[in-house]
Amino acid sequence: MENFSLILAIVVITALAFDFTNGFHDTANAMATTISTGAMKPKVAVAMSAALNLVGAFLSIEVANTISKGLVDESGIQPEVIFAALVGAILWNLLTWLVGLPSSSSHALMGGLIGATIASAGSGAVHGDALVTKVLIPAVAAPLVAGLAAMLATRLTYRLGEHTSEKASGKGYRVGQIASAGLVSLAHGTNDAQKTMGIITLALVAGGVLAPDSDPPVWVIVSAGMAIALGTYLGGWRIIRTMGKGLTDLQPQQGFAAQTSAATVILASSHLGFSLSTTHSVSGAVMGAGLGRKGGVVRWSTATRMFVAWGLTLPAAALVAALAEWVTSFGTWGTALVALFLIASSAAIWVLSRREVVDHTNVNDAEEPPGVVTTAIAAVTPPPTGATAEELTATIPAPAAESTASATPSTPTPAV
Amino acid sequence: MHIDWAALGSVFGVSLVVTVTLVGLFTLGIVGLSKREAATAGGGSPAIATTAAYACFAACAAAVGYGIYLIMA
Repeated sequence: MENFSLILAIVVITALAFDFTNGFHDTANAMATTISTGAMKPKVAVAMSAALNLVGAFLSIEVANTISKGLVDESGIQPEVIFAALVGAILWNLLTWLVGLPSSSSHALMGGLIGATIASAGSGAVHGDALVTKVLIPAVAAPLVAGLAAMLATRLTYRLGEHTSEKASGKGYRVGQIASAGLVSLAHGTNDAQKTMGIITLALVAGGVLAPDSDPPVWVIVSAGMAIALGTYLGGWRIIRTMGKGLTDLQPQQGFAAQTSAATVILASSHLGFSLSTTHSVSGAVMGAGLGRKGGVVRWSTATRMFVAWGLTLPAAALVAALAEWVTSFGTWGTALVALFLIASSAAIWVLSRREVVDHTNVNDAEEPPGVVTTAIAAVTPPPTGATAEELTATIPAPAAESTASATPSTPTPAV
Repeated sequence: MHIDWAALGSVFGVSLVVTVTLVGLFTLGIVGLSKREAATAGGGSPAIATTAAYACFAACAAAVGYGIYLIMA
């Protein structure tokens, strides 16, 4: 391990940090439905998911190799670029976690790489075609496919199982949900832990520690597996709550149909050559299951916020990564500045999250408190009744009201 | 721009068929178990219902096994 430079060490640590955020961001994909329907106790569910993530990380290095070999031109890429990309991806993951929205960690990572590459090599280095085929179409297709499958499956299971006894169905759906959730966890471990392995390997190749076209070393596989499992075990309870309770109210039948659909879509897509995002598939499946039950409702306001987050993921991560890349280009102190900024903003987001703690004790509380946007709209929009009369009377005390209004929303917003 | 519509279409088709089949089979298994309970309670023979139920669950387990095989492949 000669010439294992400082920047390389920073990149490896940042990559593991991204892997960790990826883990707790995506616990919801595997376990949200299982937790919200009560099939498993929250702590047990995340522990199982973490264990399967770890197992999954060791099963194959196929995905890692597609990232570290050939996807990016290894000769041109600098460790600083990878570092900047990771900074963008981590910050977006943390921010969406703070507001409890499921979004694709892969998109965040891709966005980060694109932004950092543009900043260092110009916009010609990014292929617009690949953007459409690898990002845009899958993002639209995944929830549609998974949602439709889950909806039909939900209808079918309610129709067929109409006259079953409570005891048989209760136990049956529980086991079924655990099995399909386990499958999603395993697939997640092989896919996402390997993305980090690929990134670290890429950085090691770029830094000259590894020969081009090497397989990831064992310590990379072990540490990436551990990081994602730890993240999964700590659990992104905020996102689990949105996915399991916020989008729709799930019964065991729906949870089972949704999770089976998601598992099928994820496996089918990765093996038929059209990769679809896990997060998008699971969210779509949950909504489909919500629509499939008679009297089931999907909370479109939550869904809309989620769609907006999906749309923003790539550009936002790209923007942050581009800025980070621009700062690191000033040299060592630039890189240090970006690292400090990453640590400071992560800490800030964590502190903000402590204001309203979501953990395994309250993950299943039904009503999501009104979000920032809802509160803001409620504050701005006047009540519909007697609006004109109020307008007249409100003319005189307006300055006072205005000053209080401008004072109240000055609560610190998380820096992006 | 090359979009692999065939791959996307097959993902769509396969996901739809497999999901609905699996969930259907599993539900039939649950129906079978429930029938067995009813048969035992009513004094009848639960053999057919039990066998059918386990056959359904076995098919689902096989599908899970295939899923694990795909992940490892």
